[in-house]
Amino acid sequence: MKTKHVLVAFMVLGLAFAMPTPSFSQAKSDTIKIGVFLPMTGGVAAYGQGSWQGVQVARDMEPTVLGKKVELFLADDKSDKIEAANAVTRLVEKEKVVAIIGSSISGNTMAGAPIAEKAGVPIISPTATNPLVTQGKKYIFRVCFIDPFQGEMAAKYAYETLKKRKAALIIDKAQDYCVGLADFFEKSFTKLGGEIVAKTYCQTGDKDFTAQLSAIKAKNPDVLYMPNYYTEVALAMKQAKDLGLNIPVLSGDGSQDKALIDIGKQNVEGLMLTGHFEKEAASTPLAKKFIPLYEKKFGKVGTFDVMGADAYFVLIDAIKRAGSTDGAKVRAALANTKNFKGISGTMTIGEDGNAIKSLVIVQVRGGDFRYVATVEPAGAKPEPKKPAAKKK
Amino acid sequence: MELTFFLQQMINGVALGSLYGLIAIGYTMVYGIIRLINFAHGDVMMMGCYFAYFGILMFSLPWWASFAVAIVLTALLGVLMDKGAYVPVRNAPRISALITAIGVSFLLENLGLVVFGGRPKGFDTPDMFNEVYEVAGLMFPALVLWTPLLTLLILGFILFIIYRTKTGRAMRCISHDMETTKLMGVDVNRIISITFAIGSASAAAGGIMWAMRYPEINPLMGIIPGFKAFVAAVLGGIGNITGAMLGGLLLGIAEILLVSLMPEMAGYRDAVAFGLLILILLFRPTGLMGTKLPD
Repeated sequence: MKTKHVLVAFMVLGLAFAMPTPSFSQAKSDTIKIGVFLPMTGGVAAYGQGSWQGVQVARDMEPTVLGKKVELFLADDKSDKIEAANAVTRLVEKEKVVAIIGSSISGNTMAGAPIAEKAGVPIISPTATNPLVTQGKKYIFRVCFIDPFQGEMAAKYAYETLKKRKAALIIDKAQDYCVGLADFFEKSFTKLGGEIVAKTYCQTGDKDFTAQLSAIKAKNPDVLYMPNYYTEVALAMKQAKDLGLNIPVLSGDGSQDKALIDIGKQNVEGLMLTGHFEKEAASTPLAKKFIPLYEKKFGKVGTFDVMGADAYFVLIDAIKRAGSTDGAKVRAALANTKNFKGISGTMTIGEDGNAIKSLVIVQVRGGDFRYVATVEPAGAKPEPKKPAAKKK
Repeated sequence: MELTFFLQQMINGVALGSLYGLIAIGYTMVYGIIRLINFAHGDVMMMGCYFAYFGILMFSLPWWASFAVAIVLTALLGVLMDKGAYVPVRNAPRISALITAIGVSFLLENLGLVVFGGRPKGFDTPDMFNEVYEVAGLMFPALVLWTPLLTLLILGFILFIIYRTKTGRAMRCISHDMETTKLMGVDVNRIISITFAIGSASAAAGGIMWAMRYPEINPLMGIIPGFKAFVAAVLGGIGNITGAMLGGLLLGIAEILLVSLMPEMAGYRDAVAFGLLILILLFRPTGLMGTKLPD
């Protein structure tokens, strides 16, 4: 009797599992499936949440491509490298997506990359800026600038504009992004003639930076470069104030999320950073269309929201130009993206998978991110529409 | 200069350590009385932070009222947790209760993710706790003074309950022999509920102090402090409340000293905490102040 019940239970279970399969193969023909893997929870959840909102608004603006509806599949990488690899595996093997948008941070994108690379599914990352993300990879792309550019510009800004000579660093050793960016900053800053007087380390998830900051204070630097993520930067700036370390702080694109201000409040006033986008400097037609739509739905637009949307638009544009969803063809089209006018600016993506585009210098003032200046990439062919954003 | 640097680092260490200690007190108290390692303790702390956060933000309560309400609500949550999850496995082998605790921990974390969302929130620290005092070149943020004070206060309160009240006597009895205590006519479930209420309330107090010092709250924020408090509790001798506070202080100071004396090793600060746990378990399993366990 009992075995019979168990058998029935198993049959019902089996049926439940078998159910999605037929509908799934049906759906294949009339929609285009795009996977999205982003940190929706965990340490850098604000990036993922923002980019996902951006992707959704972008999809509503361009819901079809090649005459088919675009269907999005979201996988949470939980701000974790192992989960990122799992998420990509699931998108590739179970959902059978034609291309993937993600992830927000370099380490997670790098963890997912080999799987997509092997399967021949293109990945386009909104904001993974470490050079290693695309290096030696055929199918990995991004719509953001890379860290050597960002680090050099931060160093130049500190040395030339702020006239600082003695810099201190806090480096998150667990993040490829932070290690890379700190390294590029250090190289440029010392080349310009500056000196790195203190180099301290932390680890993702650390909340207490008092030991590092006390050590930094003892070395008397005149500027602090902290290329970490928003939580770490906000907490460290609060503790720096507590410890009486009142020097200008510079950071990278990872700080430019409203969570930084929610957490840091008055303590993050004055922070300067190199970012992808700031609303005040938005000038492309796509930006003019996207921003009101986004803000009607989710409130003030942020960098990561915009970058997620840009990744979507670039990908849809590539699928359109490829005229197919075949991985190799979409890849070829992505690698041939020329002067695409996204929301965050005009970008050109080459065979190396990297976007050549400008960056903005942003400062926290009055509890908000404010635009300071635009820096054009060196060596990029100047586009006709440059001077508009230069001075403000 | 060198001395100021060292003293400042000690202040930093005490500030961090007393937070660990404060959270560890409730952890170890529950263990001492019902021999359950409540892995959900860190998540209860997280819930306490959210209660306080919403109290200030949504009901615009003054901060002290909001903190008080949060502590009471968290105590109720502790009772609810006991009634819902631990009472059914009270007489099961200890390992079942342990696994239930892990389940409760995941439940609270994921409930938090669904209800509060994954995006971190900034905790509003009352101005009074944002001040910084400077004495002879040393910086004392107000919280560095308040946290140890509150820790001592809660420690005293719990010691008073355990050693000076009737409920406390029942708690001590339960820790020795639950069956016999039951035979003596003590309502064991009620006493254990009170234990959870006090343990959770102290977790909420610890959480609020934590959130004021590190004003970022998210549904997974309890995991690491929970682990660290566990290490602190074992370090001090699990079940021993005074030991938990000392263990917390020791752990905090050890972490800060590691980072300040060997900056290259800063990435290993969690490894040091857990390495310490392994060493203690190997060479002095009863901890610094622990007594021999009955079994």
